[in-house]
Amino acid sequence: MANPTGIGAPVRRREDIRFLTGQGNYTDDINRANQTYAYVLRSPHAHARIREIDVSAAQAAPGVVAVFTGRDMAADGVKGLPCGWQIHSKDGSPMAEPPHPPLAVDIVRYVGDQVAVVIADSLGQARDAAELIEVDYEELPAAVTSDRALAAGAPQIHAEAPGNVCYDWHIGDAAAVDAAFARAKHVTRIDLVNTRLVPNPMEPRSYIGEFDRSTGEYTLWTSSQNPHVIRLLMGAFVLGIPEHKLRVIAPDVGGGFGAKIYHYAEEAIVTWASRKVTRPIKWTADRSEAFLSDAHGRDHLTTCELALDENANFLALRVHTTANLGAYLSTFAPSIPTYLYATLLAGQYKTPAIYAEVKAVFTNTVPVDAYRGAGRPEACYLIERLVENAARETGVDKVEIRRRNFIPPSAMPYNTPVALTYDTGDFARCMDMALKLADYAGFPARKAEAARRGKLRGIGFASYIEACGIAPSNVAGALGARAGLYESAEVRFHPTGSVTVFTGSHSHGQGHETTFAQIVADKFGIPIENVEIVHGDTSKIPFGMGTYGSRSLAVGGSAIVKAVDKVVNKARKIAAHMLEAAETDVEFRDGRFTVAGTDKSLGIGDIALSAYVPHNFPLEELEPGLDEQAFYDPKNFTYPNGTQICEVEIDPETGVVRIVNFVAADDFGRVINPMIVEGQVHGGLVQGIGQALLEHAVYDPDSGQLLSGSYMDYCMPRADDVPSFTVAYHEEAPCTHNPLGVKGCGEAGTIGGAAAVMNAVVDALADLGVTHLDMPATPERVWRAINARRPAAVAAE
Amino acid sequence: MPTVSMTVNGRPATGEVEGRTLLVQFLRDQLRLTGTHVGCDTSQCGACVVHVDGRSVKSCTILAVQAQGCEVTTIEGLAAADGTLHPMQAAFREHHGLQCGFCTPGMVMSAVELARDNAGLTEAQVREGLEGNLCRCTGYHNIVKAVLAGAEAMQGQRPAAAE
Amino acid sequence: MYEFAYHRPASLAEASALLTGNEEARPLAGGHTLLPTLKQRLAQPSDLVDLGGIAELKGIREEAGGITIGAMTTHGAVAHDQTVRRLIPALADLAEGIGDRQVRNRGTLGGSISNNDPAADYPAALVGFGAVVRTTAREIPAEDFFTGMFETALEPGELVREVHFPRPDRAAYAKFPNPASRYAVVGVMVAQRGGEVRVAVTGAGPSVFRWTDAEVALAGNWSPAALDALQVDADGLNSDIHASAEYRANLVKVMAKRAVAQIP
Repeated sequence: MANPTGIGAPVRRREDIRFLTGQGNYTDDINRANQTYAYVLRSPHAHARIREIDVSAAQAAPGVVAVFTGRDMAADGVKGLPCGWQIHSKDGSPMAEPPHPPLAVDIVRYVGDQVAVVIADSLGQARDAAELIEVDYEELPAAVTSDRALAAGAPQIHAEAPGNVCYDWHIGDAAAVDAAFARAKHVTRIDLVNTRLVPNPMEPRSYIGEFDRSTGEYTLWTSSQNPHVIRLLMGAFVLGIPEHKLRVIAPDVGGGFGAKIYHYAEEAIVTWASRKVTRPIKWTADRSEAFLSDAHGRDHLTTCELALDENANFLALRVHTTANLGAYLSTFAPSIPTYLYATLLAGQYKTPAIYAEVKAVFTNTVPVDAYRGAGRPEACYLIERLVENAARETGVDKVEIRRRNFIPPSAMPYNTPVALTYDTGDFARCMDMALKLADYAGFPARKAEAARRGKLRGIGFASYIEACGIAPSNVAGALGARAGLYESAEVRFHPTGSVTVFTGSHSHGQGHETTFAQIVADKFGIPIENVEIVHGDTSKIPFGMGTYGSRSLAVGGSAIVKAVDKVVNKARKIAAHMLEAAETDVEFRDGRFTVAGTDKSLGIGDIALSAYVPHNFPLEELEPGLDEQAFYDPKNFTYPNGTQICEVEIDPETGVVRIVNFVAADDFGRVINPMIVEGQVHGGLVQGIGQALLEHAVYDPDSGQLLSGSYMDYCMPRADDVPSFTVAYHEEAPCTHNPLGVKGCGEAGTIGGAAAVMNAVVDALADLGVTHLDMPATPERVWRAINARRPAAVAAE
Repeated sequence: MPTVSMTVNGRPATGEVEGRTLLVQFLRDQLRLTGTHVGCDTSQCGACVVHVDGRSVKSCTILAVQAQGCEVTTIEGLAAADGTLHPMQAAFREHHGLQCGFCTPGMVMSAVELARDNAGLTEAQVREGLEGNLCRCTGYHNIVKAVLAGAEAMQGQRPAAAE
Repeated sequence: MYEFAYHRPASLAEASALLTGNEEARPLAGGHTLLPTLKQRLAQPSDLVDLGGIAELKGIREEAGGITIGAMTTHGAVAHDQTVRRLIPALADLAEGIGDRQVRNRGTLGGSISNNDPAADYPAALVGFGAVVRTTAREIPAEDFFTGMFETALEPGELVREVHFPRPDRAAYAKFPNPASRYAVVGVMVAQRGGEVRVAVTGAGPSVFRWTDAEVALAGNWSPAALDALQVDADGLNSDIHASAEYRANLVKVMAKRAVAQIP
């Protein structure tokens, strides 16, 4: 009998009650006795030399406890923020890796760069005092775009990176690609911009640092996606605090989307300074600060070309990308435009030859790192834009060209020309599901009907694939990761039959407390109420790598299953002893251990009790206790995939694009909680739509000021900007290499979303001769595209 | 420093504040009602929405002293004393209208007012009515479903409450 | 925010006394522009004079066939007032489209027009309807009231008491909102009263203005097609990251046509 709270059930979330009643416990909700408040003074200049900082007036201001600058931290031995991934250039040389001090020393490199910190009894006092700090800046010329930073005579941002190049990397077989292009019948080429975005989790970053003089122990409460990673990076590399003296707690965290993976300067500042002032210090970003200090996402300039034969078979793909990394290397920045991007360039297609070059550039902007999808939306966008343009140029329907070039299920496992091995996937199946749900066959009639109303209607696809479940540690290590990428779990059966699970994954909206509990309840055959999931506190959970890259279930969930299996094996030993049977004769099913072929059985609760009351255990062979830990290191990435179809209608008078239908058909492998999975897809899609139509981080090219630095100018999707969605999935191609058969669902919507929307927009405008539009497809941009191409129509108005 | 008094979730609340203290700061820092959140500084995200004298307001854009003498309801005051969720809270749970939970208190407070003011809400009205609340997790799909269901449940409760 | 002294006078006289002669004092109406400005530390008033306790500044009444609205009346109150709905539905529609629900619950008519944000909605209604602004000192015709970007005819210490809107025979407002802030990129109020047609445009320029060519065209032929042959000069219109002057010029025409099309 299926467990109503087990695998596959849409169990209502256990975490909801506290969030719905205002009892959530986010970092800024926490207050420590005798707490102080930090305010970080930031650079108003994109690039400047600090001649002098005079903090004396600030130090004397009311309520001020201390003021520190970069020199104070450096003098105390504080090191720079480390980078967790090293890329090597084409020529074998390691990337440029300039130092990144938590508070700037001598030079500021972007508007928002940390200059000093004021610690005071109240936040108001800290901010008042910060205005009394006198900084003598010598302004330097700045470069905020990749083009400008690479131009001759560009300002040099770091001495360690000549020409502002961090690395010049490539992947694939250039010669094979050249040969394929030479014999191609058709080449489709697009120059595109993948825009800079600001992730904008709704909870701004927040930290509390506290030092306990009696124990010498530091505690950091942090709005982080991965507390153990922060403890390792900050403790070992920045502050020199050993693990046993540093506790990092990530309590309830209000969304991450990548922006809360990284180790940020303010974490190190409040932790370090809490010892200096021997009082707890709280720092919480306001939204304006978040725009200027949370790592941004995307920001690529790309030229891409697809070679096709006479039958519209893809022969080769050639890509050149310039990636803007911002002013410093954020924690995982180097890996995003390389191994999380170019390795996905095969997409769902059997393109035999692929070559990509990526030049990563320092600029005077906020550092850029992973944002939901991280590299994979950029890959999907260029592939799917090329595919649809190729379809139009060759006269092959967009469905047919995909079908013709899909990697068939029979070819799995499939080695792509860009280093990945897809384990499973039935791409046509997802597309067929999407075609049906979107009523693709009925589109021409709908387009004609819209035209009668004076509207331009278009339909666009994105057939995406992603590499998730990051990652096999050996692969990641070979590619430059300076960390392992396994996950940990501990499953502790208590004497009276309840279970606590400690996971290295972290939930900041994903619902782990529910999904993980479903798995454990299902595996043990016990009520879900008897299972508690603990995450986010390094003093409780085993060393784990946290949550990003849609890895929680595929890696973290697998670790839990592995630990559950260990518990079952141990319990089987105990059962065999208690039932006086051979271990091999004891079967476990639905929560009971039974001696095969008999009615002798014991519930797992009985086993747990005896495990902790081992009155007659043969102690040489059987330890007391029922508590097991596991580390799971995946054998491969997982490959979620699917097809999204977007239909838009454009008002030619204003250029406004309205999404009239959006369908997503996905393969996430096995689904544990369909309600949560669908919610992840919805949210992901809106972030994709946001990039396509609304969001854009815009810098003034001369001053380096962020022009879209608040919600007044950075357009976050609202409820009335987006439609309801039709979401479907199939479970017929489960992941082959993890115990749950799961692939991950957290990023899928975002990976395909922007491409599907932009393909629909271009499709709507194709009759006017439009072949490409850059994101975001704002009303003005669309209006201009329309009017640039039909002057006669405008004149006639 | 001025003293401010108001009724919060049915109980009298008094405190000393600066003139510049925002209502949300008074609620969070002095009354320790931390369910009301701050997600922006330009009065747009709506994470801080509470009811003041029955109207939804952004508590980050009203001074604590301006709420002198007012009836304030926060997310903590919405469920019944025995813990029974308000129909809107229950609908958010049933329809998975929340993920990280940060925007949720403001979203629910806005939704309660929206439903109270409009019988027979449509999806379009809900989407428009929530334009003062940003959510980054859900894509709004399930929030809209939840608000429609919550509004219907509130309608169902209305005659009973009036009796 | 910087610290300030807070006052909550119970009468207009008291409020005027607090503001007159104190150039560092600022009146506080709905606060939805002023408080965010203060939070960003972009202003540092010594005193805030909260007008929220002054009963005589609130309320909506019928007057001489039109409507008179107190300065501290919220956008939400205007949007949902039955008298406004009955007499000047276009005004209620405009109020219903300002900001969001919570902004409308706090933001006020007096605060909005005294601030004269070039992207605010109300100036289009005042100029479109030929409204009169009644202050603590005098009566000011709407067209004389809005003098420039964030500038009005108000003297220091002078406060808006109420605004009288004559009733148009027919009117409609069409707005193209900024997708981020929801302010007007362009908002056009089209109104006819007797033989006079007014087309008042907000959002497009530094301050509200009348599109006189359109007024002439519509006076002769009340239909969207009457505007087809006209072009709006982009010169002098606002340009920002959301919309260029040229695009705004297009929107003025499109929104004007859509406003006319709303009216039977």
